[in-house]
Amino acid sequence: MKFAIILFGMAQLFKITAWRYPKFRERLKERNLVAQIKTMDNSVGRWFRFENGRVTTGAGVRDDADICMAFKDAALAAKLLMPPIDWLDQINALKDFKLSMTGDDGLANWFAQTTMLTQSLGWKWGRDMGGGVLRTCNMTNGGPVFVDVKDGKILRMTPIDFDETDPGPWTIKARGMEFTPPRRTTLAPHGQNAKSIVYSPDRCLYPMKRVDFDPNGARNTHMRGKSGYERISWDEAIDIVAGEIKRAKRLHGPGAMAVSHGSHHTWGNIGYYLSALYRFRNAVGHTPVHHNPDSWEGWYWGAVHHWGHSLRVGQSETYGTVEDCLQNCDMIVFWAADPETTSGSYGAQEGTVRRQWLKDRKLGIDVVHVDPYYNQSAQFLPGKWFAPRPTTSVAMAMAIAYVWIREGLYDKDYVASHTVGFDVWKAYLLGEEDGIPKTPEWQEEETGVPARDVRALARDWGRKRVYLAPGGWGNGHGGACRNQTGIQWARVMVCLVAMQGLGKPGVNMGNLQWGCPLDFNFYFPGYADGGMSGDLEGTAMPVELYQRMPQLPTMNTPTQKIPRIHMPEAILDGKAEGYPWVGKSIEHQFGKFGYPAPGHAKVSMLYKYGGSILSTMNNTNRWVKMYQSENLEFVVNQSIWNEGEAKFADVILPACTNFERPDISEWAGLGGYGHHGQQQLNHRVIVFQAPAIEPMGESKSDFWIFNEICKRMGLSNYFSEGINEIDWVKRMFDASDMPEKISWKQFLKKGYYVVPAEKEALRAPVSFRWFWENRKKDVPEPQPLPSDYAEEYLKGLQTQSGKLEFECNSLKRFVDPERPPVVKYVPSWEGRHSGEMFEKFPLQMLTPHSRYSFHTQGDGKDSFLLNIDDHRVEVGGWYYWVIRMNAEDARARGIKKHDLVKVHNDRGAVICAALPTNRLPRGVCHGYESSAMYEPMGEPGRSVDRGGCLNLLTPERTQTKTTHSLAGANALVEIVPWDGRTEYMSEAFAGAVKQDPLPPGKAEAPKDEMAPGKVIA
Amino acid sequence: MKKWNMVIDVAACTNCNLCTLATMDEYIGNDWSPYAAPMPKHGHKWIRIQQKERGSVPFIDMAYVPAMCNHCDDAPCVQKAENGAVTQREDGIVLIDPDKAKGQKHLVDACPYGHIWWNEELQTPQAWPFDAHLIDQGWKQTRGAQSCPTAAMKVYCLEDAEIQRMVADDGLEVLNPEFGTRPRIWYRNLWRYTTAFIGGSVSAEAGGLVDCVEGAKVTLTKDSAKQAEAVTDIYGDFKFDRLPEDSGAYTVEIEAQGHPKKTVEATLGESVYLGEIRL
Repeated sequence: MKFAIILFGMAQLFKITAWRYPKFRERLKERNLVAQIKTMDNSVGRWFRFENGRVTTGAGVRDDADICMAFKDAALAAKLLMPPIDWLDQINALKDFKLSMTGDDGLANWFAQTTMLTQSLGWKWGRDMGGGVLRTCNMTNGGPVFVDVKDGKILRMTPIDFDETDPGPWTIKARGMEFTPPRRTTLAPHGQNAKSIVYSPDRCLYPMKRVDFDPNGARNTHMRGKSGYERISWDEAIDIVAGEIKRAKRLHGPGAMAVSHGSHHTWGNIGYYLSALYRFRNAVGHTPVHHNPDSWEGWYWGAVHHWGHSLRVGQSETYGTVEDCLQNCDMIVFWAADPETTSGSYGAQEGTVRRQWLKDRKLGIDVVHVDPYYNQSAQFLPGKWFAPRPTTSVAMAMAIAYVWIREGLYDKDYVASHTVGFDVWKAYLLGEEDGIPKTPEWQEEETGVPARDVRALARDWGRKRVYLAPGGWGNGHGGACRNQTGIQWARVMVCLVAMQGLGKPGVNMGNLQWGCPLDFNFYFPGYADGGMSGDLEGTAMPVELYQRMPQLPTMNTPTQKIPRIHMPEAILDGKAEGYPWVGKSIEHQFGKFGYPAPGHAKVSMLYKYGGSILSTMNNTNRWVKMYQSENLEFVVNQSIWNEGEAKFADVILPACTNFERPDISEWAGLGGYGHHGQQQLNHRVIVFQAPAIEPMGESKSDFWIFNEICKRMGLSNYFSEGINEIDWVKRMFDASDMPEKISWKQFLKKGYYVVPAEKEALRAPVSFRWFWENRKKDVPEPQPLPSDYAEEYLKGLQTQSGKLEFECNSLKRFVDPERPPVVKYVPSWEGRHSGEMFEKFPLQMLTPHSRYSFHTQGDGKDSFLLNIDDHRVEVGGWYYWVIRMNAEDARARGIKKHDLVKVHNDRGAVICAALPTNRLPRGVCHGYESSAMYEPMGEPGRSVDRGGCLNLLTPERTQTKTTHSLAGANALVEIVPWDGRTEYMSEAFAGAVKQDPLPPGKAEAPKDEMAPGKVIA
Repeated sequence: MKKWNMVIDVAACTNCNLCTLATMDEYIGNDWSPYAAPMPKHGHKWIRIQQKERGSVPFIDMAYVPAMCNHCDDAPCVQKAENGAVTQREDGIVLIDPDKAKGQKHLVDACPYGHIWWNEELQTPQAWPFDAHLIDQGWKQTRGAQSCPTAAMKVYCLEDAEIQRMVADDGLEVLNPEFGTRPRIWYRNLWRYTTAFIGGSVSAEAGGLVDCVEGAKVTLTKDSAKQAEAVTDIYGDFKFDRLPEDSGAYTVEIEAQGHPKKTVEATLGESVYLGEIRL
């Protein structure tokens, strides 16, 4: 009876919603069908006829229904249909076959999503600011924003100043002073840049097809990157893509489609790559392009063997370190650490606010910077600057340890009780093994840093309580871990802190970037928790989100994967080998995998998500060759902007930004390997990402695009679970602790929620204090996994000994000559010891993460950032990437400020604007990686690039043979004034072939017919 | 009458450019006439961050100075504008009316600071209008100040006497006071941009090893007159700062226990690092 009433009510609901909302009336006109809802035994039922926008209904069961939703019995139906919907019950009913949906998948999906619209159409978001201005919220990779909208146009985006109803911040008492952050959010430059990338002229606005690509005829794969595009309809685009997915499976077998995405995405828990994309790619089956551990590299492949932390990818726990640092530390050693440039990760300028406290000399915390570049953090926080040559600071660290040993300046008791293998390490440092004592004088040869300075630092450090801050997070990440000696560097960093008593008051890891005293018990999932992916293997979903937000699980069936660094070889040569990035244990990284996997199909099709790889991987002309290979029969790129690899696709699917679709997220909420990433923030801020404007052009949300493709494959109800994007957003809200604090309605209106700061008495303990005090681990992180404790659960580290290991047991078990059990200094294979190569290309080029853009995000796109001279420089109407070089080196080459120069080696050539500076020692130059623009001035792969893709020049060789580790943050190059020529021939430039030079700035225009990505239609 | 002023702390500016980006966000694509016509997407720098690199590897520092329309009390642009196109409001804000100023390209040259920009498309001069349209809607700060993470940029609405007291108490300065235009944009720690330093690193050899000399007394003299005294730190480093650029010859005397006194001559143009000084 109840079921029959609900069904009758549903019919009324359709009519009332249509009466109230014009949008719904339009929706009803989209399809004509008869939908049946009934019990499986036909005892109760009702049909709904949708015809030209009108809804008619009747009780009973018809045999001419187009689609049919059937329940095992009426009681179950009543339970499942009665709002609020219990998703767990619904999913269990599906899994137990007590609920079925039959008929055309697309029609069924339309019916289900239409039904859900009756719930959400009345939701209103934003605040009326007067004058026709609506204020909503959103989230960028660089912090949360207020978005002011008027007449369907974004007026402005600002940081969020908290109001009187928001909770107050925390206060740390230290050394008789009080430290309290301001009641507001900050933005990173790329966050404040967001409006300009929404309205970028480089937006992909319409589905596009390469003009000389015919799925039923000539594919002309060699023309990728050269030919123009013509506009096609969404129907045609989706037909082609779905058709190609089926074709790849049919012709080649499962896994013939590879999926490749960048390491980041526009922010949001539903529309994220780890969410909607993973659900889609698992649903259709694919070969994943398996990532190397990006910015972690040396920590994952190296440091993890000394101290565990595999579930933090080899980086340490960070809790409580802001308070401990301010209260107890005497000095912070920033080592290849530039948080002012990298904002931690997603941390906006929140750490800047705290590091500014260090400028107060009353606090008495000294600062030291070790970096070949006098980086932004060194500029901000005065302190001694050590400028070792790139890749060599491992030697400097060893010399520091050498001084400590010689002069007894380390914690011998701690070393005896909390570490193993010290004698072996000591013997190596003293030269007992190789006859070379690792003295400050020894390191000077390698690093160029005066021995006397290293000795002075070692002595000062040995007498003080010191926070070691490697990388932008202060506990690793970025910095020197991405170059050829990155594994050695991360390892030696852990050895240094192990000698000084990690966990003692004032002795820890950090630079005030992580470790704020926030409430970590309040649950809101991070992006790595997998959103709507249903992916229990490839995301952190099984930890907690899966229980809180039950959803249909997804599972990829092909077991093979392509190691990302070697992807071009996988396609071009048909084989590649790699090592996995899996954080579950230390040992997972040892499991070599090969492509193709036995019995699997070779990849014939690539589903590419965005266009970042050309400037974020290494020696990336390899990708140009890959894209032009006939081995890739089809390439689709789903992208917001027409840039980078998008210009190499056969079909471009235009995605919209997160300002044009609904989403939900927490600021710097990473989850997974970045557990409690909110520690970087002064306040936890959770945001409803309201659609501020309609999608630009014909662009669509990723969710919509995937669902449409799924419709062609009968998978849309599996993919979407029959609900709309905003329903997923609500589902995530309900899955979190949010409903206990704020109603959905209030949340939509206000747009954000600030989690109150933790009470002082309940603040998370200081990291490693438990270890130092021989207690059970008490910081709020669920790692390592229980079986990884050697003696007793929560006692000791993840290492075999449970202690800090100078001599790593895991590296005794896994023999890698390049990673001996005790870390040793082996000079880079691309540096001053590289012989002929170094003679030819005598400049060491650093390519760290960029300051103003976030990887490729925010750069190019005709964005505001182009107007910042330290980002790009306008010369002759073109915005060139900046290459910084030592002033003397520039003078010696006749190069002046903002001259156009050719940065080149045997891998390629990039035209940049030169910035001579004293912020770099001689022989070192510096240009950020991750230009969004790849702009070959002629034949792609054979001409100079003026987009600024410095990663065309960096080595693809991994740090060691048995790791899948990026090593390219340092490369040997030469820089010469640019003669305006567009073809690339290194010998020609050296003078072997003389041609009339063109004056700088009067570059040859790219030939029109060659212009990549040129839109014809 | 309270008037608007801005105070910028050069020591706290990190060159993050959030002020310049927030200003672009506010004015590019938005027409706030008569306060301001839209800013062109490229070519204008209504807020421009000037920078100064001092010293050489590895003894160096950087200073960043956000500069913008100074909203001068004796603004040449107000005087040179025809048709009343540029006015200073009672609250101190100088505004260029985009319509009335149309065609008045000479105003670009009227500003000695170079903070008036020519909008080619609209044929009108433009400058940063202190976000007056927002101030008039009740905003208490400008977009740049709101976005500044270090509060290097702060906005004050004060009586002239009050700001003058602040200027005196805190040693605030304006850029190029010789222009005589009486700016309302003030700077703290501007010496980091306008002055120079002499620095060096003192070392000595003992027992076959060269070490840094801590605690050496270093005296700076000019024309036989003592200018300043410093003590070397653990790296043997000393730094005499806030010296006028191009101030010529100096003498640096170093005294350290157990070593004969050492004298080094220095000529100051821009900042100079004397390098390692071995006793």
